[in-house]
Amino acid sequence: MTTLLEARKLCRAFGHVQALDNADFDVSAGEVVAIIGDNGAGKSTMVKALTGNLDVDSGEVLFEDQPVSFTTPHDASSRGIEVVHQDLALAPRLDPTQNMFLGREVMRAGVAGRLGFMNERKMRQDARAAFVRLGSAVRSVTMPVGDMSGGQRQSVAIARAVSWASKVLFLDEPTAALGVIQTRNVLDMIRRIRDQGIAVVLISHSMPHVLAVADRVQVMRLGRMVITMPAEGTTVEQLVGAMTGALDEQDIGRSEIA
Amino acid sequence: MSQSTMQTDVTVEIGQETLAGRLRSMQSIWILGVLIVIVAIFGVLEPTRFLAYNNLMNIAQNASIWAVIAVGMTYVIITSGIDLSVGSVLVFSSVISAKVMEMMGDKGWPTVAVGTLLALVSGGLWGVLNGWLVAKAKVPALIVTLGTLSIALGAAQIITSGLDIRSAPVVLQDSVGYGRVAGVPVISLIALFVVILGGIGLHMTRFGRYTFAIGSNELAARRVGIGVDRKLIEIYALCGLLAGFAGQLSLAQYGTTTIAGQSLTNLNVIAAVVIGGTSIFGGQGSMLGSMVGLFIPAVLLSGFVITGVSPFWQTVAVGAILIAAVFVDQQRRAAAARGGRAAVKARRAAAPASPGVAEYK
Repeated sequence: MTTLLEARKLCRAFGHVQALDNADFDVSAGEVVAIIGDNGAGKSTMVKALTGNLDVDSGEVLFEDQPVSFTTPHDASSRGIEVVHQDLALAPRLDPTQNMFLGREVMRAGVAGRLGFMNERKMRQDARAAFVRLGSAVRSVTMPVGDMSGGQRQSVAIARAVSWASKVLFLDEPTAALGVIQTRNVLDMIRRIRDQGIAVVLISHSMPHVLAVADRVQVMRLGRMVITMPAEGTTVEQLVGAMTGALDEQDIGRSEIA
Repeated sequence: MSQSTMQTDVTVEIGQETLAGRLRSMQSIWILGVLIVIVAIFGVLEPTRFLAYNNLMNIAQNASIWAVIAVGMTYVIITSGIDLSVGSVLVFSSVISAKVMEMMGDKGWPTVAVGTLLALVSGGLWGVLNGWLVAKAKVPALIVTLGTLSIALGAAQIITSGLDIRSAPVVLQDSVGYGRVAGVPVISLIALFVVILGGIGLHMTRFGRYTFAIGSNELAARRVGIGVDRKLIEIYALCGLLAGFAGQLSLAQYGTTTIAGQSLTNLNVIAAVVIGGTSIFGGQGSMLGSMVGLFIPAVLLSGFVITGVSPFWQTVAVGAILIAAVFVDQQRRAAAARGGRAAVKARRAAAPASPGVAEYK
């Protein structure tokens, strides 16, 4: 497996708070990497820095071995990198189809398309197909997402990201608002996406979910990536120990990077 | 339930989208019902006079200028913005147009064409200024357009020393102002054309989709790569352009600039747009709704005059309808939101507490 997306020594301060402190990260194609850490450890900052949502003070990001700088989310998504934000970033008054294709509308052929007319039917069909394929909880492709339940909204956000992510998919707390069956669906979906050769980065507070689906777990503490360990054979206690600093890297024989 | 049956269910349920269902959920349909009821009441009370073809055409004529402004206002309010400057921009544009047409001398259509172009350009420029200040300088739209309301009106008064210019070309007044085609006022046909174009643009094109997206969640729109600032400038420019065009139509209809007569135009148009179901919080609205919202005051005024009720009651009624329309809309939305939250709560309660969280606490 070759590294697809890599961060080297990223630093970012907000005032006196060092949100990222020489933090490293890497993920390969066809791999699920989980980033865990206590609140304020820098997980979300790391995701933002890797997806064009935040500028860093120093450090570099490599995509397919080339140095890149994503200054807008659009830069990242044009490379096939998609994010499901914790706040979902949906337009509540638009329906699932409109949200899914926002910024990527399918236009009609010919002059009509050049005048700005969209192919609504094609977009609705594609959206419906995507929701069915993902076993999504979405029951309507024309109801405003703001009128839907939290789980359905999450489904829309995930389906949108999955549909466009051709290289890397970031999921920030994807199971936070979901019930048991929907959570299982999301975890199954993560595995399917990985099997398609896409790199999946999962940020989650739920240790069992992390251990169930991740290939590797990277632990952040105080803005640093303190340890990487394979999910297999790792216990929840070890993860929690690494997160809180109770367990240092030398205590775990498997540690790969510091 | 097995995975496959679940997916079949999904297919079936997603398939059940009906046009009727979508229409029922639109505020503009309910408010259209209110308009029909009002028309029916006056129609029963005064069938011969109120429902007379001429009276209906008069109502249309009186609503035409505001209809053109309401098209732009609908776009602006859907972005969760507001444009208070439309009345002043109308005055400013009509002054510029009238001044130049007066200087050219009345040479018929060429004069009118130049005047129209100038009205459009001057209106559009005010709109660009509004849009730039809102999108780039990040000044709240209410403040920006309150400022330009004052500036545009003041500028118009400086140019004219506060005296109306009463020399609109005869051909403009005769053909557009008083002219009728098959009994329909020309000015109403022009307004209808603008409204239809505006409605198509809002509901069927990508430009319209982005207008809704910006009003619904500006950050989400930015994240998917929509040039929000540019779109906002374009939308305010469109609103200004249409206010400028309304200035030219006003010259046609009244034969004079109406410097002192537009102080409530902005509020009347905003009220119409909001009555029509366009949310002042953005993200929601329709061109049909704005037109219905515009015709309710116009129909009430005509109806009160014909039935002998003091027309002052129209102002009272419109105010009450405005508040009632928004109240009903809020109630419906709150009910929908409650439903959504209840569903989430039920699911959270059904899901066991996450063991991972419990363990590292």
